[in-house]
Amino acid sequence: MFDLRLEKIDEYRWVIPPVGGMRVPGMIFSSDTMMGGIGSDESPKQVANVAHLPGIINYSLAMPDMHWGYGFPIGGVAAFDLTTGIISPGGVGYDINCGVRMMATHLHLNDIKDRLGDLVAALFRDIPTGVGSKGRLKLSVSEEKKVLQEGARWAVNHGYGTTHDLATTEDEGRMEGADPDCVSQRALERGKEQLGTLGSGNHFLEIEVVEEIFDARVAGIFGLEKGQVVVVIHTGSRGFGYQVCDDYLAGMVKNIDKLGFALPDRQLACAYIDSDRGRRYFAAMACAANYAWANRQMLMHWTRETFERMLGASPRELGMRLLYDVCHNIAKMEEFVIGGQKTRVCVHRKGATRAFPPGHPSVPQEYRHVGQPVLIPGDMGTGSYVLVGTEKAFAETFGSTCHGAGRVMSRAKAKKISRGRSIRKEMAARNVVVMATGKGTLHEEIPEAYKDIDAVVDVVHNAGLSKKVARLRAVGCIKG
Amino acid sequence: MDFKQDTSNKTLGYTIFDHTADLGLEIYGADAAELFENAVWAVCDVMMDSTTVETSETRSFAVEGADWEDLLVNFLREILFMFNGTRFVPRECAVATIDERHVTGQVGGEPFNPEKHLINTEIKAVTYHRIAVRRTGDGWQGRVIFDV
Repeated sequence: MFDLRLEKIDEYRWVIPPVGGMRVPGMIFSSDTMMGGIGSDESPKQVANVAHLPGIINYSLAMPDMHWGYGFPIGGVAAFDLTTGIISPGGVGYDINCGVRMMATHLHLNDIKDRLGDLVAALFRDIPTGVGSKGRLKLSVSEEKKVLQEGARWAVNHGYGTTHDLATTEDEGRMEGADPDCVSQRALERGKEQLGTLGSGNHFLEIEVVEEIFDARVAGIFGLEKGQVVVVIHTGSRGFGYQVCDDYLAGMVKNIDKLGFALPDRQLACAYIDSDRGRRYFAAMACAANYAWANRQMLMHWTRETFERMLGASPRELGMRLLYDVCHNIAKMEEFVIGGQKTRVCVHRKGATRAFPPGHPSVPQEYRHVGQPVLIPGDMGTGSYVLVGTEKAFAETFGSTCHGAGRVMSRAKAKKISRGRSIRKEMAARNVVVMATGKGTLHEEIPEAYKDIDAVVDVVHNAGLSKKVARLRAVGCIKG
Repeated sequence: MDFKQDTSNKTLGYTIFDHTADLGLEIYGADAAELFENAVWAVCDVMMDSTTVETSETRSFAVEGADWEDLLVNFLREILFMFNGTRFVPRECAVATIDERHVTGQVGGEPFNPEKHLINTEIKAVTYHRIAVRRTGDGWQGRVIFDV
């Protein structure tokens, strides 16, 4: 154990000076109000733990939605040198490529207001949700392996959406380096039936309305205007990704003694990037990332079909265009300027979103002059934010920003304090139609269980890690 | 195969403890075998309304670990995979042999049926965080945190 000191260096940044085996300082982006709450869990210690890992560059970073996670904190960002550094399943999370996509539409709230209940009910029927739900298709193993290699493109090639959807997906919905031979039979087994399912927990599909525009120019380029209806899908790689994480974590824990340094926490088990085990994890993780992109692509396609059927409108009339798709649980090889040199590093984003600046070649052509869209979902029924990436994030946080509201209350406690309440009715009173499969889901996901999304987004906006473009309000929500 | 009778009516054999974002269980047993048996019941009871689950099939398991803690994690991985990977709901367990590095035996339960089984919580994975298995004054106690 070691004593941690948190030093406030400006309004939004706290530094943890290196002590003990820390190789670099920690840095937390937050506010005075939120730091009060952070002190109560062990996440600052986790920021410091990550700083112990070999090859870590500059800082062990944490975003304002930081909370306790396995090994790395949720909201954690850390980049590692490709020669001396490590890759860790705990730095990515169990739900590999958990992410968010947003569809803009030509619809306004008035166009759907009277049909909202029916629309939500139809989505709930058409989109497989909940624990153990099966997708609408069952894949053969050979087809599943194609999904793992091709990602969202596999879905588009099979009639789920259009090639334009790929242009506005992070990495065009496909991660390089995916090798299905690095994936266990168990993962393949779990993945076979779950492609095209939303899942449970904090995952959701939401109908939202643009409530406020902060930057009219960028909003215009993203195709957003006040009163417009959008659809947000938040899910990941389902059981496939959990199994990949679990398999590699087990293997790395077993070999923990062979790393040649002491880990402060078994959940930080890792492998050198430049090692067989490290390369295999990366190749398997890329498979899960691709699975998640195909998954979100299919769910989006079915959402379009449901809207067309329920509203009796053509695709052209509805104009359901993929604005963007981000992943917020991932490790990636990306290039940054470090010590004046362009350097390729392995960035872990665990509950953090990429926020690339204007002009970066990874930003889709149509947005490149303003920067990458950043999608931040709030808690159930609250709504979301659209932000845009900045140079400052590129220089300070390896092009990363926050990913959501961040949990402040355990699921058990949320259930306890909401016992006897009808969460569905409470949401209805706020004009949000909610449908959920799981008995406990709505109670576990009550808004009080999360940090205030406005406060989280204000920190990243004011600290310059991304800039506010629009705020959206939820009107309909389906959950697992 | 002998399963202990009336599992659902006896003292639960486990308690839930609070942990931000996740779910912690303390599991008890008179001996190591009973601790592992109760762990199966605990997972079933947490995941779903266990009164809706019956035993119609049994499945064998043989699990290894580096020590008691690793053995418990690997055992629970096996149990969770039965549900997540093969859609079988284990509700009870009979340990045949057990030592610090090995456990064998059978679980009883039935294939998952969403019409019949009411799900409470999805367990994504079992973690090593604060994992503990120890002998107490009057038996054995295990502590494990699940990612849910």
